[in-house]
Amino acid sequence: MRHVIIGAGPAGVTAAETLRKQDPAAEVVLIGDEPEPAYSRMAIPYYLSNKIGERGTYLRHDPDHLDKLGIGQIQSRVTRVDGAAKQLQLAGKDPVGFDRLLLATGSNPIKPPIQGLDQPGVHHCWTLEDARNIVKYAEPGSRVVLMGAGFIGCIIMEALVARGVKLTVVEMGDRMVPRMMDQASGNLIKQWCLGKGVDVHTSTRVLGVETSNSGGVRFRLTCDPVDAIDADLVVVAAGVKPATGYLDGSGIEIGQGVVVNDFLESSVPGIYAAGDTCEGMDWGTGQRAVHAIQPVAAETGRTAALNMCGRPTRHTGSMAMNVLDTLGLISVSYGQWMGVDGGDEVHRIDESAYRYIKLQFQEDRLVGAITLGMTEHVGVLRGLIQTRLPLGRWKQHLMEDPTRIMEAYLGAAQLTAG
Amino acid sequence: MQRSLYISPDKCTGCLQCEMACSFEHEGTFNPAKSRIKVFTFHSEGRFVPYTCTQCDEAWCMSACPTEAISLDAATGAKMVNDALCVGCKVCTIACPFGTINYNSVTGKVIKCDLCGGDPACAKACPTQAITYIDAEGTGYDRMRAWASRTDNQSAARA
Repeated sequence: MRHVIIGAGPAGVTAAETLRKQDPAAEVVLIGDEPEPAYSRMAIPYYLSNKIGERGTYLRHDPDHLDKLGIGQIQSRVTRVDGAAKQLQLAGKDPVGFDRLLLATGSNPIKPPIQGLDQPGVHHCWTLEDARNIVKYAEPGSRVVLMGAGFIGCIIMEALVARGVKLTVVEMGDRMVPRMMDQASGNLIKQWCLGKGVDVHTSTRVLGVETSNSGGVRFRLTCDPVDAIDADLVVVAAGVKPATGYLDGSGIEIGQGVVVNDFLESSVPGIYAAGDTCEGMDWGTGQRAVHAIQPVAAETGRTAALNMCGRPTRHTGSMAMNVLDTLGLISVSYGQWMGVDGGDEVHRIDESAYRYIKLQFQEDRLVGAITLGMTEHVGVLRGLIQTRLPLGRWKQHLMEDPTRIMEAYLGAAQLTAG
Repeated sequence: MQRSLYISPDKCTGCLQCEMACSFEHEGTFNPAKSRIKVFTFHSEGRFVPYTCTQCDEAWCMSACPTEAISLDAATGAKMVNDALCVGCKVCTIACPFGTINYNSVTGKVIKCDLCGGDPACAKACPTQAITYIDAEGTGYDRMRAWASRTDNQSAARA
């Protein structure tokens, strides 16, 4: 049996390890297109802030880890998947056949349709190579424009500010992190950033990035509705989307990502997907969704591998969950933080302290939450949402004071459980 | 035989000796705010519930970590944070459904119960045996594990 995995991120590496453990006799081949040992994109912001070196981003710290497990490794880009012939075409290398295939190619950064993004000094922040470029241009005193105040944009702000750059953020949405935070919390994050000396323009578009001829500055960004902004480095952080381009013509059903069933198998038998690439069930909404987050990558990588080696294992779906540190202000969101029809909502806000909590209920169950400025015990929000624990009388206590979440959890889950 | 912390909320008087001991053991200071075990107070019922990591088998924190900074101590069963590898991304803090691994903004790392290497200071400090360190089998651990497994199985999703 030959298992081939495309993609050497958290989902692919977890899958390779699981396959080896479950099926010691099988051949396992991991294909990655970057010239680095398997690393974690989640760690890049900390590389940018000099907290760690490049080695600190590696997923597994033993450099021979995959070799010791007998996992074959190929550095190349897959250009075509032939599901019927069970064969992969690789750029500049011989084709590779497979018995079972895992698509774990992650996401690609979105490049907005704006002129001038293809030049040195304009970079995404997605790969280690991108990070090296950002380090190169983000010199003390340089002007840096961050296009996009989403998760990635926000999480690298601290590193950029620490490098002593003059930072300007341009976000199309009407608040910061619009896909993760609501109006109140997104606005508070903006206030926080302004207070830290970062220029933030929300509801603003970049129209073009022109090379500047005036002395001393590399680029001029034309914007709507604000005046043009000068920059020495432009970081494009406009979101990511599943990397599925190489699957054109493969016959595999693609929605936002690779559509999978409850066993993480795609529409073509024997071909599975995991991580950012896969579009599985959001069990909160009952709709298909892509959850491009680290815990889901590890979970689906493992579950897909179990199914690949003949141990049918149902993946019960995933939920959106994110934790973000924006210049030291920590925000968390879970599940259906925007609320559900017929549900109940409660929130508390302390603007001067940058603290916020919002809870969303369906009947007496928690279905979503947002917090700002909280770091203690936030994980119980996941526990409560995912177990769908009936809160009973504790729901009313939370409606009166949503900060009593730990009491409600202990009260509903443990004191009354026995 | 591996041992685990066994907590009997009924015996807890809310004296916070466990928090003081934990803080001193790990941080060198008597500061309950820095404790990895927390005592929650139910004022209306006059009850106190000590609460910390159960070192669950699922180890959500460990599998979610993007830098291999959380590992299993084979001797004690504790899931250990390696400060040298932790980058402070906090993904474990939202992955753990018990909320028992938390971010310490002073150090920029996460902290959790490490069972003090097999001699937990909280259990030693507890004057009423509300916290004991005993053989893992026969403790309330199973109930905690059942709760842990509910976060990842079909019955929970369909419940």
